[in-house]
Amino acid sequence: MAEVTLSTIVKELKEYDGEEVRIMEVCGTHTAAISENGIPAMLSPKIKLISGPGCPVCVTVTAVIDKLIELSMEEDTTVLTFGDLIRVKGTNKSLADAKADGASVMMVYSPMETVKLAKENPQHKYVFAAIGFETTTPVYAMVIEEAIRENITNLRLLTSLKTMPEVIKWVVKDGGGIDGFIAPGHVSAITGSNEYEALSKELGIPFVVSGFEGPQLLATIYSLVKMKGKSGVKNMYKSVVKPEGNTTAKALVNKYFEPSDSSWRGMGKIKGSGMVLREEYRSFDAGSIGLDEDHMPAGCKCASVLVGKISPNECPLFGKHCTPDNAHGACMVSTEGSCYNYFVSGRK
Amino acid sequence: MKITMAHGSGGESTSALIRDVFAKHFHNEILDKLEDSAVVPGSGRLAVTTDSFVVTPIIFPGGDIGRLSICGTVNDLLMSGAKPMYLTCGCILEEGLDIDVLDKVIGSMAETAREAGVKIITGDTKVIENKGGEPGLIINTSGVGFIPDDLDVPGPFKLEDSDAIIISGNLGDHHAAILGTRMGIESPIKSDNAPLCEMVNSLLTEGIRVHAMRDVTRGGLGTVLNEFSSSSKCNIELVENDLPVSNSVRDFCGILGLDPLYMGNEGKMVLSVHGDDAKRAVEVIRSCKYGENACIIGKVIKNSDSSDNNNVSVITKIGGKRVVGLMYGEGLPRIC
Amino acid sequence: MCVAIPGKVIKLDGTKATVDFSGNIVNAEAGLVNVKVGDRVLVHAGCIIQTMDDAMADEMEELFKEIEDLGV
Repeated sequence: MAEVTLSTIVKELKEYDGEEVRIMEVCGTHTAAISENGIPAMLSPKIKLISGPGCPVCVTVTAVIDKLIELSMEEDTTVLTFGDLIRVKGTNKSLADAKADGASVMMVYSPMETVKLAKENPQHKYVFAAIGFETTTPVYAMVIEEAIRENITNLRLLTSLKTMPEVIKWVVKDGGGIDGFIAPGHVSAITGSNEYEALSKELGIPFVVSGFEGPQLLATIYSLVKMKGKSGVKNMYKSVVKPEGNTTAKALVNKYFEPSDSSWRGMGKIKGSGMVLREEYRSFDAGSIGLDEDHMPAGCKCASVLVGKISPNECPLFGKHCTPDNAHGACMVSTEGSCYNYFVSGRK
Repeated sequence: MKITMAHGSGGESTSALIRDVFAKHFHNEILDKLEDSAVVPGSGRLAVTTDSFVVTPIIFPGGDIGRLSICGTVNDLLMSGAKPMYLTCGCILEEGLDIDVLDKVIGSMAETAREAGVKIITGDTKVIENKGGEPGLIINTSGVGFIPDDLDVPGPFKLEDSDAIIISGNLGDHHAAILGTRMGIESPIKSDNAPLCEMVNSLLTEGIRVHAMRDVTRGGLGTVLNEFSSSSKCNIELVENDLPVSNSVRDFCGILGLDPLYMGNEGKMVLSVHGDDAKRAVEVIRSCKYGENACIIGKVIKNSDSSDNNNVSVITKIGGKRVVGLMYGEGLPRIC
Repeated sequence: MCVAIPGKVIKLDGTKATVDFSGNIVNAEAGLVNVKVGDRVLVHAGCIIQTMDDAMADEMEELFKEIEDLGV
């Protein structure tokens, strides 16, 4: 075969005229990097990139937001959260709305700040809105480990923790027909690339782990186009992603958390697709079990967007009633959300 | 010594504060009369603008609210082609503010006004109760400038096909300096707050055909160019590789998931210049103070199909293309 | 938050690391990985989640080889 270079990749991706290939990315930072690099405009119309359920804020059900709001209204309790989650609406309102009504809600950059606050103010209660995927769960495990070591009892987590394999299966079986996955870079740094071997065999489709630079993403997409119809795992982010992942982090997660069923926005409950605190550490749980209710705003098609059945701009609300300043669904709120990224970068 | 409510009473404490801080620094023959209103000569076309400054912290890396309050108003006057002449200064002080801090800020205002060649000719001071937190101050400056009779005043609706888009220096420095300080991220990034008088004056003196110019403040370059594009009904195409961003600001944005295209500056301007004058314009700006990183970053394209003339886009480093839309949200950090 | 760019560990005090991103200095927990001063690392939500192996740098030549291995 001819030697592969970046320019041959660029040319072939633009001129590709084979069978349609539908490629899904399931990592918010990939979604943002694809938009920032203007990659959709470089691809043949026969290659479709679909943003999957890779944005933690976007897949959180309304019951979790409602519960957080309830907790934030309690006396002597502060709810701590990452930035994006604060503006996502629950059944009636968002944490930002609750804050305006006088609830105690605080934005932080690291869950570890919760430990510090709880230690400094032992009379006050702190609840961290513990959302995220395999990448973030080890950080929550460290929070619990530290709290136990410091004998802190005024700190709890409201967890809505998700894991990738089962939802990937769900999307492939029930979603919009996916031919390959750009495997998430940071999730894979923890889980390792081996995680995709069994998944790839079972589903009969390829997985390629990618970094976040434009050329790396192009090389990944190119590989997935070439691998269409076959199973197989490629790791194109070897500097960070090891076959076995981060074993220290995995052991720590296993110590404090166990697999559970989990409810995903618009998709319902998916077996074995989440994590909860183990029984013996439930005193650190703020009431996470059974938060399954999910009220989608009228007309919002986030659920179909998240599984790739429709593209964001096929939603009747997109760009008309639903914009980043007046978001109906979570996918338009988060800067990692599919709808937000399509909207701000003019992606079609 | 601290500011007390007595400093706003209108009595001796007020007079002493004005004498010992404001008049001491601002001192000029018009202000020194301390009349109810300042009387100055003027004729022809006047440019008038006003701006209020509420930034916290009031002293930040590379500048302070005083310097900022001069730069903001002076630069606004400059962008309409005016020569800035006179400024007013309204100060609202919070009870408990350290008078040494006030003295530093007002001293910095005076120094920046001298640099910009403008006089502060009238002012007002009020004191309000401190509502909790670090006592601060709010400054309003209004400014007047004279527009030369023969100048064809540039405007956002005057962009022409094949114009070059030029930026006078690195993007995002002010925004990153303020945000970094607030978040406790130690960094070498300094605010770029600066008056652009020399730059604008040189461009106009050299006869560069400037069709539009705007200082890049809140909302960043993306917001300004969207206004240019919709006012002039044209497309603007930027080249990502040519956008000047320092390594520190680039990584700062990387850490927080921010886009330098939407970050504010306080000493940068973007121009749309006749294509044939572009290279010369860059040379002129580079020869001026604060202009050493000026460069051409894109061009104006007017399509014959008028319905397809309202896009700002950027050609990315790998040859992709994305739209630079309006700014949304508050730039909340991403978690993933 | 997830930072796609690597930073460099410039100080280590137990499991508290100081990480430099082109002059921007950020504190991060180092409890999930063995790190030493000078390592390039990825930081997520205030924690170092992995070190970057410079010997394995994802140079494009390497990626092209991977693609050629596909035998397409």
